[in-house]
Amino acid sequence: MGITILYILIILLFTISFKKDRKKTKEALKKSWKSLDHILPEFLFVVVIVGIAIAFLDPDTISTLIGKQSGWIGVTLCNLVGSITLIPGMIAFPTAAMMINNGAGYMQIGAFISSLMMVGVVTMPMEIKYFGKKLTVIRNVFAFIFTFFVAYIISIVMVGI
Amino acid sequence: MKVLKKYYLFLISIILISILFTFNTNIGLKAIMISGNTLGQLILILPAIFLVLGLLDVWVPRETMIKFMGEGSGIKGIALAFLLGSATAGPLYGAFPVAAVLMKKGVKFSNILIFIGAWSTTKIPMILFEIESLGLKFGITRLLIDIPGIIIMSFLICKYFLSKNEILLIEQKYKNES
Repeated sequence: MGITILYILIILLFTISFKKDRKKTKEALKKSWKSLDHILPEFLFVVVIVGIAIAFLDPDTISTLIGKQSGWIGVTLCNLVGSITLIPGMIAFPTAAMMINNGAGYMQIGAFISSLMMVGVVTMPMEIKYFGKKLTVIRNVFAFIFTFFVAYIISIVMVGI
Repeated sequence: MKVLKKYYLFLISIILISILFTFNTNIGLKAIMISGNTLGQLILILPAIFLVLGLLDVWVPRETMIKFMGEGSGIKGIALAFLLGSATAGPLYGAFPVAAVLMKKGVKFSNILIFIGAWSTTKIPMILFEIESLGLKFGITRLLIDIPGIIIMSFLICKYFLSKNEILLIEQKYKNES
């Protein structure tokens, strides 16, 4: 649904662009293809690696490891899992809700969601291609540390320390 | 040979999944299905990102972007970086090519980092979905910590962890491209 609207908008934009300037529109298409082509190899690699990772980590295994009692060890574990895997939000949020219903703690889930979003270990080859090694490592380390803080605050708000 | 060199990482992952499949058919099959599924979803959204990028690249003049998000754009630049990152769809790695075009257009580097942070954590459609799944309290709390967190991290990285030269070196790669 959303995607149909998006493409209708894109077609509209390209039509306007084409009416205004044919040459520029051609150039835009060329540039679109060039940047897609640039990242396609790394993209395919990431998709397959993530597929393998998720195949191993089913929700049952995860929720036994990260209950409320697991404390900071559970948080660290969640952070690691969230950093390494790359689960789309559409799957991650309902899974997180399900894990909480199955006894996972808010602090652990907060860590999982945050690291999932901010830290990307498998996407590092792509990030390095754009930003170089140093910045990629710094950004991910920063984000990793930050997720512990997020988890702590979320647990205070949700369950009162 | 050229294609082989370009796609060697993908080749490695295919070999990995084949090995997995021979040793454990069940998990191997699951991995293939999940990869195929993800690919199916992303193959729809990815071209959209790149098409919009192409248009942006051709039609938005560098001067405009510098004015709104370049050096000295202050809070306005930060707000725009957040808005741009939050209004989009797609996974984190979709943000990198967009960031490349923004760098080319002269956007300030700390705003590039804020944009990536926003893309990863404050996307509006995702937040709505998060609130639906985990509750309003959870979603709002995370948002309230993440927004200042992203800004602080971006400035710390730009000020203390990367030298001016290192930032220039990254930006140069895109500025020289026609």
